[in-house]
Amino acid sequence: MVPLNWYLLLSAAVFFIGVAGFLSRRNIIILFMSIELMLNATNISLVAFSHYLLDMRGQIMVFFIIAVAAAEAVLGLAIIIALFRNKATTNVDEMNIMKG
Amino acid sequence: MNFLNMYFSPGTIDLFINIAIIVIKIAVVVGVVMLHVAYATYFERKVIGHMQVRLGPMRVGPHGILQPIADGIKLFFKEDIIPANADKPIFYIAPVIALVSALSSLAVLPFFEGFVIANINIGLLFIFAMSSLGTYGIIMAGWASNSKYSFLGGLRSSAQVISYEISMGLSLVGVMMLAGSLNLTEIVKAQESYPLGMFLFPQIIGFFVFMLSAIAETNRAPFDLPEAESELVAGYFVEYSGMRFALFFAAEYIGMIIMSSIATVCFLGGWNGPFDIPYVPFAWFLVKVYFLIFFYYWVRATLPRYRYDHLMALGWKVLIPLSLLNILITGIVKVLL
Amino acid sequence: MGGVIFGYLAGVIILLSILVITVKNPVHSVMFMLLMFFHIAGLYLTLNAEFLAAVQIIVYAGAILVLFLFVILLLNLKDELRMKRTTWSWPLGVAAAGALFIAAFLSLRSFVPGTKGVITTAVIKAETNTKVLGRILFTEYLFPFEVVSLVLLVALIGAIVLAKKRQRS
Repeated sequence: MVPLNWYLLLSAAVFFIGVAGFLSRRNIIILFMSIELMLNATNISLVAFSHYLLDMRGQIMVFFIIAVAAAEAVLGLAIIIALFRNKATTNVDEMNIMKG
Repeated sequence: MNFLNMYFSPGTIDLFINIAIIVIKIAVVVGVVMLHVAYATYFERKVIGHMQVRLGPMRVGPHGILQPIADGIKLFFKEDIIPANADKPIFYIAPVIALVSALSSLAVLPFFEGFVIANINIGLLFIFAMSSLGTYGIIMAGWASNSKYSFLGGLRSSAQVISYEISMGLSLVGVMMLAGSLNLTEIVKAQESYPLGMFLFPQIIGFFVFMLSAIAETNRAPFDLPEAESELVAGYFVEYSGMRFALFFAAEYIGMIIMSSIATVCFLGGWNGPFDIPYVPFAWFLVKVYFLIFFYYWVRATLPRYRYDHLMALGWKVLIPLSLLNILITGIVKVLL
Repeated sequence: MGGVIFGYLAGVIILLSILVITVKNPVHSVMFMLLMFFHIAGLYLTLNAEFLAAVQIIVYAGAILVLFLFVILLLNLKDELRMKRTTWSWPLGVAAAGALFIAAFLSLRSFVPGTKGVITTAVIKAETNTKVLGRILFTEYLFPFEVVSLVLLVALIGAIVLAKKRQRS
């Protein structure tokens, strides 16, 4: 039996890879994919908790997270399309018209 | 077996035997289905030929019976052309994704009582998952070819497949509610107490929506806009030739066989029939599947192609509300009875 | 056996997630992510969460990632491939993430799991994972479930409003 901590470590690793990607890439779509990575990492740890603590609530939380991730992806991508229509770029460094 | 026992514990031998049985089952199912794919093309040309008062293929063998084999050999020996500006790894892998996602659905289909490669509890969800992966093969092929025709075909196809997947999934929810299970074998068994051993009559709306969405899912006429010959040449696989083209072609026909099989399992009572046919346990299954495949060809020979906005309107404004209505009715009836 | 399977899945998941954030072409990144979702679904299967494994593929791979791909194809990739892939402050970002990971790793030693529930593997085997999940979802968590459906509805309307071309008045 694999100890629970290994799953948590895997989840932390994937989560912080997502954080690193989010903080370092320029392409806004890759930034969104980094967010998906982070959400998946939390899902891994919740499912592992659910299995090891003999409780279904972890899996129900994952179910909700997947639904919210779908909503977030839809809205985010709609915003990207609206932005691209105005600026014709996906580079986050050039999206600075709100800067005073 | 004695010398085997010396090296392996008895449990390991059982494991190996189980694996061997599964591998043999897979080989048999894939082999038989590929043969049916080859003859589905022949069947299609013959059926459409006769519907249009032609004869169809007649040259190779008596009544052209060897035509699919000749076609296969021709495709196998053709040159494999790759466009210069294509994205090579994705161009190579796209037809494989299309074929594998089509083939892996076969693993959970019960062809007759007790014969299924993997009898899993989430069989129906597995089929949804695999059919949604087929989109990747199409959209990647369209993008990687670096050609305008295939790109447009890929975009059209992915939008169409995503839209119709929703109504397809919702149309099967009624079946899940009546059967109380996602396991396909259980679904077939649950139908035995219904009229004619089928869910067809209680789920007639579901069946109607499922068949229409299945035609759209497999990109067949009259919803074949992604590969509309007269405007997009051949859609997403314009740039493919030889064996890779054959993989896409096979994936389309396997998709059709799988959709017909799901309809058979979920709405038409699977392997059960009005009377037993001795020694051929899959006879009724085959009859039902071939009837539905004939239905596909019949529709193709009869109806003209849809316009793209009509297609989307049909999917979102008619089929999805209809399937939601079906779920509501099924739920009310199930609570009241 | 369980350790070997976990090791394989974990190794591949970490490798693929690094590839997702490092490759230049967003389409390739989507392909790596697709493969990663499959491995995560495999991980869920080893944790007796078969329904979530299927949902992972259907929703993440079949819907969300296809949407990503669709948007990438609508945007112009040619310019993207020419520009630098990282911002000027990328070493800071990676260092921050690494520091946070080390902090999480150190805090893991003092982690104590909570009380155990009643859904053992035997219960799941007798009733199937889907049924147990559905029963709890539609009794104990009915209200959050309805709220999530509202969230999805809002997202649906919001996406239409955002992506629609503005009417010229």
